[in-house]
Amino acid sequence: MFKQKKSIAKATKNNFITYGILAVMFAGSLIWLESGAMPRQFTKLLVPLCTYSIAAVSLNLVVGVLGDLSLGHAGFMCIGAYSSAVFTNIFADVITNDLLRFFIALLVGGIFAAVFGFLICIPVLRLKGDYLAIVTLAFGEIIKNIFNIVYLGIDKSGLKIAINSSKYTEIMSADGKTIINGAMGITGTSRDSTFIIAFVILFITVAVSLNLINSRTGRAVMAVRDDRIAAQTIGINIPKYKLLVFTIASFFAGLAGVLYAHNLNSFSAGAFDYNASILILVYVVLGGIGNIRGSFIAAIILYALPEILRSVGEYRMLFYAILLIVMMIVNNNDTIIDMRKKLVAKLKKNKHKTTANEGGDI
Amino acid sequence: MKNFKKVLAVVMALALIVTCFAACGKKDTSNDKKDAVLKIGFTGPLTGDNAQYGLAVQYGAQLAIDEINAAGGVNGMKLELLYQDDMADPAAAVTGYSKLIDDGMKVSLGGVTSGACTAFLGEAADDNMFMLTPSATAVEAIQGAYAFRVCFSDPAQGTVSADYIKDNGVAEKVAVIYDSSDAYSSGIYKNFIAEAKVKGLDVVAEESYTKNTKTDFSAQLQSVKNSGADLLFLPIYYNEASLILAQAKTAGLNVKVFGCDGLDGLVSMENFDKTLAENVMLLTPFSTSATDDLTVNFVKNFKAKYSETYLNQFGADAYDAIYILKAAIEKANVTADMDASAICEALKKAMVEITFTGVTGTDITWGADGEPVKKPIAVKIVNGEYVVM
Repeated sequence: MFKQKKSIAKATKNNFITYGILAVMFAGSLIWLESGAMPRQFTKLLVPLCTYSIAAVSLNLVVGVLGDLSLGHAGFMCIGAYSSAVFTNIFADVITNDLLRFFIALLVGGIFAAVFGFLICIPVLRLKGDYLAIVTLAFGEIIKNIFNIVYLGIDKSGLKIAINSSKYTEIMSADGKTIINGAMGITGTSRDSTFIIAFVILFITVAVSLNLINSRTGRAVMAVRDDRIAAQTIGINIPKYKLLVFTIASFFAGLAGVLYAHNLNSFSAGAFDYNASILILVYVVLGGIGNIRGSFIAAIILYALPEILRSVGEYRMLFYAILLIVMMIVNNNDTIIDMRKKLVAKLKKNKHKTTANEGGDI
Repeated sequence: MKNFKKVLAVVMALALIVTCFAACGKKDTSNDKKDAVLKIGFTGPLTGDNAQYGLAVQYGAQLAIDEINAAGGVNGMKLELLYQDDMADPAAAVTGYSKLIDDGMKVSLGGVTSGACTAFLGEAADDNMFMLTPSATAVEAIQGAYAFRVCFSDPAQGTVSADYIKDNGVAEKVAVIYDSSDAYSSGIYKNFIAEAKVKGLDVVAEESYTKNTKTDFSAQLQSVKNSGADLLFLPIYYNEASLILAQAKTAGLNVKVFGCDGLDGLVSMENFDKTLAENVMLLTPFSTSATDDLTVNFVKNFKAKYSETYLNQFGADAYDAIYILKAAIEKANVTADMDASAICEALKKAMVEITFTGVTGTDITWGADGEPVKKPIAVKIVNGEYVVM
């Protein structure tokens, strides 16, 4: 009984460290931003940092907590981005309050992504391991390629949609407004993403993820991850929990997509390709699979790194690659981890000594 | 402990390398501080898949700026070129543009590729930053009164190609192969088809491919062959075009081939059998074999300083862009103490008033929409050289 209480307390403590890190980062960025001393380059980096942190945390739910390797996470961002940008463009003149419209756009993007996440999860459920990874990869590509060929516009007689441009020019009247322009994507979406909104969503994502992990549901999900057969024998409904986690992760990926779409003047489906999914997976792996705090810290470091490295000019991507390799090794090599642990233990010992000494002096 | 020393040694070595490179990167900015300097910046793909375009723009613009500075500058100002890599990615283009602002850019050359250029258009509108993109061809890339371009837009290329083919009786039955996942290619295709309909040009086959299927074109070529077309229109980039030409030969397809400026660079490709490109026609505003003094000089100086690989339309557009800016700056009497917004106001008035002759066209004028008005030049590849038709 006592032991259990202690472990819960430890988890709570750990969560509060995570919230604390988020709060410090938020306050620091906000003060820096509001003081006007922040370089323009970094002000434009704040929303993307939150976007990719949200994507990484949500992917960690699937990869780390559920234990299924998903290679199509950017596809859900794509659905969120497109559905919300279409919404914002259609209702740009109807709902003039930017904040309200963006709030609804967030819901639209998140819900669309969640619905598709749910639907895609049904066939995916039947698979395990490498097969599942490949199927998610395929779904990610399907989503991207569908958005690549879609033309959608609005004119007096309503919404017009076609999957090739000659058909689209036939059905669309000349004075209509084109929203999705095939491979060129969506241009002119109102840029409503702000750092504060993006951060609030990141905070919600982290809070939901942590609470999910520490709940009865979360423990059931992790039981499925650790031993599927054992979980089945004690009566855990495996499909139900898989669907649940997949849908929640898709929802948050959709929100990340909404932030992305409303941060740039134009975007296209090409931004959500296989490479983007892998990049998010890299954040998760570097931050530690199953480690929510690690995911957003890794996302922030790795996304900001190429921008900070702009000072080395054309060697930028070379350095980025080298640093990525070094970080992966430092985080995963047993010898180095041992060294790090010894160093930390040493420091702690020293600290204890000094505090003990100080206590003795008094 | 021994291990630790090893790690330390590696870290120190790395740090040494980093400082070396960092020093290299910074040396360009330490110019003469006495002269007033006007900083002109652009973002482009300097690394990654499309690096040849970004680097061509960088070299072309740098060449023009060096020439202008050597001749004493503009209005008593020296020009300085700033650039940031965007890997043709919209998000990286926005931060790259912001970095340029941090570095003191007052006039923008926009983005090299359409997607990147369109992405920071909104930022440029907020700043009221004057933009003259050398090579972003999408219509959306220059929305706004402050944005202009040197090259033709995608629709203009599609329309002009259809007109040229019909008016000069090049062919009657046309087949098209285009990249449906690429904005440039599908943009030209869309307008080519529309204009072909207006002009009564018979389009007998429309085939497409995507970024992921751009190595095997046998199905598309077979369909073109079956359609009985006498001309194949390729609004695509030269990498894929070289494959299509090679596979067309294998498939026994014997038709005329017509392309746009994306085919520029075909003959200078490494390991490409130039006989395949024989008689290929393309519309391009710039040809290295042109004999006017401007082009001859540009080609000579470019080759002297940079690799010939980058001597293409993008470099020429950028070279012209700098000289167009020079003309507009002189016309508007821009001085270095003006801020970016004031410069923008002055330049956008001057842009519609100037007439410019450069390596990518003669007597070019601009409308308030930012589109250039110039005549396209059709060239034919004969013995591996462009010959003006």
